[in-house]
Amino acid sequence: MFNRRKMLLWGAASAVLPGLCASVPAWADDAVKIGLILPMTGGQASTGKQIDNAIKLYMQQKGDTVAGKKIEIILKDDAAVPDNTKRLAQELIVNDKVNFIAGFGVTPAALAAAPLATQAKIPEVVMAAGTSIITERSPYIVRTSFTLAQSSTIIGDWAVKNGIKKVATLTSDYAPGNDALTFFKQHFTAGGGEIVEEVKVPLANPDFAPFLQRMKDSKPDAMFVFVPAGQGGNFMKQYAERGLDKSGIRVIGPGDVMDDDLLNNMGDAALGAVTAHLYSAAHPSAMNKEFVAAYKKAFGNRPGFMAVSGYDGIHLIYDALKKTNGATDGDKLIEAMKGMKWESPRGPISIDPETRDIVQNIYIRKVEKVDGELYNVEFATFEAVKDSGKTKR
Amino acid sequence: MASILTNFFDGVAYGMLLFVLACGLAVTLGLMNFVNLAHGAFAMAGGYICAVLVNNSGWPFFAGLPLAFVGSAVIGIALERTLYRHLYSRSHLDQVLFSIGLVFMSVAAVDYIMGSSRVFIKLPVALEGQIDLFGVGIGRYRLMIVVICGLLTLALQLILAKTRFGSRLRAAVDDPRAAIGLGINVPQVFAFTFAFGCGLAGLGGALSAEILGLDPYFPLKFMIYFLIVVTVGGSSSITGPFLASLLLGIADVAGKYYVPKLGPFVIYTVMIVILLWRPNGLFGRTAAR
Repeated sequence: MFNRRKMLLWGAASAVLPGLCASVPAWADDAVKIGLILPMTGGQASTGKQIDNAIKLYMQQKGDTVAGKKIEIILKDDAAVPDNTKRLAQELIVNDKVNFIAGFGVTPAALAAAPLATQAKIPEVVMAAGTSIITERSPYIVRTSFTLAQSSTIIGDWAVKNGIKKVATLTSDYAPGNDALTFFKQHFTAGGGEIVEEVKVPLANPDFAPFLQRMKDSKPDAMFVFVPAGQGGNFMKQYAERGLDKSGIRVIGPGDVMDDDLLNNMGDAALGAVTAHLYSAAHPSAMNKEFVAAYKKAFGNRPGFMAVSGYDGIHLIYDALKKTNGATDGDKLIEAMKGMKWESPRGPISIDPETRDIVQNIYIRKVEKVDGELYNVEFATFEAVKDSGKTKR
Repeated sequence: MASILTNFFDGVAYGMLLFVLACGLAVTLGLMNFVNLAHGAFAMAGGYICAVLVNNSGWPFFAGLPLAFVGSAVIGIALERTLYRHLYSRSHLDQVLFSIGLVFMSVAAVDYIMGSSRVFIKLPVALEGQIDLFGVGIGRYRLMIVVICGLLTLALQLILAKTRFGSRLRAAVDDPRAAIGLGINVPQVFAFTFAFGCGLAGLGGALSAEILGLDPYFPLKFMIYFLIVVTVGGSSSITGPFLASLLLGIADVAGKYYVPKLGPFVIYTVMIVILLWRPNGLFGRTAAR
């Protein structure tokens, strides 16, 4: 019985396997493979879904062939666990022989893949993770998302210039939160502002109540907030519950808290919050209107900043391939990406040739109601902002 | 002064919430001697039932709460009849492995069906904001939690101590064989108790969505809190976990307010100190049974 089954299995396997092996090289020559590693499940899943959606949208719009080569995306879910990221990146590079690795929802994931990109000499396109150090960990890393330094320094400068003198800070206690806090503090205090209270909230924090009460009692003009996307909703609800909106303490911060993905669920408590960020679905350019409409039509909700980072990431890959005429040599591709400039739904952006990090406009936005929905409405622009986390050194 | 009282109130509300979430576990673990680590999954079920009813079907919030209880209780009784009852006589290790497996399955299932982003339950306007009581800010929502949980505790205590069902349950737990001899339908009593515990968890889940946040990882994230409450309170009564929840809630909130740098560790420190002092929990009887 068992033997017969085994024999059948072996027979089937030996019939299929050569076919599989033979078929691989047949299309490997004229296909470019992109290993896309994203958190599709778990707490960061909204990041992964936005990026995946945006890439699908881009490929629907622009077709799936560049310079005569077919683009093939291999999507893997790492649930934002760096150990998974590393294993998946290894499999993609060794077994699937991908020409790019891309995605990376959180900083530790992007860092875990960095040595592999260096070793394999293939570009790692970071589409989400936001700490400064990432692009320094491998000469093959290029980033199309943002760094927290970009938005935090800008909001710091803006706050002192706009009559905010005393600020209490509430940031999540992990690398991006600490980055946001450091860069905000530098610029805000340099301009003459004063930090009256500094609270770091544990990442797995169930209840903001005591921290918010502390904020309220320190009577600042505004509170600077960075919590990972996803906690923003809870935060704003409790902010309103405690009556901080009525006591005149404004919310300022980098725009992650007010992600377009979550904004509508926050309710009117979010009205008036001022944040600095790279993208708002309400960005008033023709290109963005088209992008938002297409995204809404395809996926039923509006795109957030993660979606636009993914959209730009795949655009960068397409254009680099155009420039190299379809050659997939990693060094040539990175060379092609350096200094590349283009118009994105978020506005004009470019890749800094020295740091391979993104250079982009940072907008100051205020939450307002437009047609019955909440939007981050942009009212001031800081042009071509580089990552100050690196330029300082 | 006002902020001390506000903090105290927040702590009480937080503690009450922990109690409703955890007391079902105190019942299964303490009274039925069954290690059910999947308790949080029933809480999550209640939360999502309430969220779907209120957000998608337009039910009022106060109708959603009892249905969260009923829904989780029904799921509880279905699982008890099909799966759990086979494990009553098995070792604690088997029970732990089985129930933690259920947790992972529930996380994956909810992630698949409901998506992984955080869900908020639409609250009636009357529950938003704070009431100013002699300068002390009292959150309306938290006040509601205190009232509901307070009444619930009283009812539970009465059921266990004063009703016929309470004495049957205690008999069934202490000596199932003698209880059967006396004509008590032990499996039925257990099934009902289990379902009731799950219902409480579901109600707690629905109440906590606003404060703790509701996502598919809920059972994993808060399992540790439920276990702390039951361990510190001792698992042989309802008053133990109740006082433990209050103590932990107040200590947690105060710790986060006064020493934010140590904030998250205060709850663990309190637990360690209490367990050093009373290894079976505040009101525990000796573990031997």
